[in-house]
Amino acid sequence: MIDYIPIGLQMLAAAALAAGLMGLSTLLGRPARSRTDLSPYECGVDPFEPAGKRYTVRFYMVAMLFILFDIEAAFLYPWATVFRDLGLPGFLEMAVFIGVLLIGFVYCWRRGALDWD
Amino acid sequence: MSASAVIFYVLASIAVLSAAMVIWSRYPVHSALYLVTTFLSVAGIYVLFEAEFVAAVQVLVYAGGIMVLFLFVILLVNLKDTLGPRVRLHATFSSLIGTAVVGLILYVYSQGRVPGSPGAAPMLREGGNLQAIGTSLYREYLLPFEIASVLLLVAMIGTIILARQKT
Amino acid sequence: MDPVLERVIVEAAVKIALVFFVVLTTVAYMTWVERRVSAWIQDRRGPNRVGPFGLLQPLADGIKFLFKEEITPPHVYRPVYLLAPILILVPALLTISVVPFGPALRLFGRDVPLRVADVDNGVLIILAFASMGVYGIALAGWSSNNKYSLMGGLRSSAQLISYELAMGLAIVGILMSAGSLRLSDVVARQAEHGWNVLWQLPGFVVFLTAAFAETNRLPFDLPEAETELVAGYHTEYSGMRFSMFYMAEYANMVTASCLAATLYLGGYHVPGLQRLGLPQNAAAIVQLLAFGIKVAFFLFVYVWVRWTIPRFRYDQLMNLGWKVLLPVALVHIVWVAFIVLMGWA
Repeated sequence: MIDYIPIGLQMLAAAALAAGLMGLSTLLGRPARSRTDLSPYECGVDPFEPAGKRYTVRFYMVAMLFILFDIEAAFLYPWATVFRDLGLPGFLEMAVFIGVLLIGFVYCWRRGALDWD
Repeated sequence: MSASAVIFYVLASIAVLSAAMVIWSRYPVHSALYLVTTFLSVAGIYVLFEAEFVAAVQVLVYAGGIMVLFLFVILLVNLKDTLGPRVRLHATFSSLIGTAVVGLILYVYSQGRVPGSPGAAPMLREGGNLQAIGTSLYREYLLPFEIASVLLLVAMIGTIILARQKT
Repeated sequence: MDPVLERVIVEAAVKIALVFFVVLTTVAYMTWVERRVSAWIQDRRGPNRVGPFGLLQPLADGIKFLFKEEITPPHVYRPVYLLAPILILVPALLTISVVPFGPALRLFGRDVPLRVADVDNGVLIILAFASMGVYGIALAGWSSNNKYSLMGGLRSSAQLISYELAMGLAIVGILMSAGSLRLSDVVARQAEHGWNVLWQLPGFVVFLTAAFAETNRLPFDLPEAETELVAGYHTEYSGMRFSMFYMAEYANMVTASCLAATLYLGGYHVPGLQRLGLPQNAAAIVQLLAFGIKVAFFLFVYVWVRWTIPRFRYDQLMNLGWKVLLPVALVHIVWVAFIVLMGWA
């Protein structure tokens, strides 16, 4: 646990630095004066459509697939560190695991879930 | 009180407070951010109990993966009316279930049947936390590990089918 | 307080202060290097008025940012809008905490290792902190209530998580050969058996590509594509808040370069240094400098690539991440497994 104390300290230091920068510029910066500064920036044209419209479902799909592969990667890390001890049986175990996921990956690919056009 | 106890109580109170705020705050974005805070402080508690690998995976998968998906949904769908009558009904039911689960946990705790205590942690440290997990996962618990891949596969196919239904 | 704990805290505080100083100075001077090298590549002069060779330019920029008009547009969602720059800068400054800059230095009669923290989950800690970077970007884009910002934030988040995957899988090869997630073990292993880049070239290429994408640099800077998204998720930010996004981007570049050097180029290892028989501190400083040179090389590559490869389209970017890098990373794992099983590594 004691190894992690420096990381905790760095976390506090980074947060303090970021908050300090925010505070400093609020103190020193000039307040905004004109009204055009305050409208949403759209290259000088008046905004013609609110920002919150609907977006493509692909973003959700990417996030979902990311989670699944992220979990796969989380299984790979402890496996990789003991790989030398596990040897060939260890390799085959992981091959089965990844193999099952690859079926899903190929399915996603074939169904066009990875296409952006 | 020892230093680690102080850290534990600080982290635990942050975790519980932000968990409460997940429910209390009116805006979905705030709820999501409070939930991330809860995950992070729980990760801190894992580190305190020498379960560093679990802590890292907690951040990587829960805070860095699952919550990102939540956030995507919240940011893109622009949820406005959060407190409709249906939601109230849901709230009643979920608070009943929640109370039941808390009661169950307290009951198990009072019976002194809590599996694994902080005292067990140093055992994991010998030869490295991660190596211990690796050996036991890929030697003793091989079958559950392989079954996990099937679960992931089901989730993957489910995603595609749900997303493709409407187009 | 416990004297051991007290020593750990004091030592860590000093190191953190030093690391922040070095990282923030590097960040400031990277902006200068970037502009000078860009100018050199394009046969221009670049900033050369403030101080000799324009060397004081970063200082002038910093002061200017502090006194700039601080605009908080009325249409933004204030609490999240003000939180986002902090959420983006903090993870960017954290990842470097587990990077070993050099071996131990002999100071005040004991060995002081040249790193903030040496933990057995080093690589995982890096990935965990890196995965936190998405929040700042996604929330900045959303809270700005500007469609360019939202689009930029979305694109960027999807890009970050996609390439995080490729990066995480590329690193698995390193762990298989080192048998540990501790970064000093990774360096020690390379010192004994040769640098990883020599036999893990596919992993190295995947890692470097993903590192470019993770830092939103050209050719992966779509979230900021000036011509279509007018700077993307930080369109509505100004003054110091705006510059915090830039600080985070450059700090991420520094960290990514440190990681590339540590994981693939032997970290602070200098071949043949042992034969010279230098005293401990001299050897440590030579190795620290060697590490600095390796990092500087990767930072230069960042600028170099910027003016060499044009920006991708978004579909090309996602295809590269999911259909090229991910499969290559998986095949790479099989390749490393083969080498390790044959006992060649």
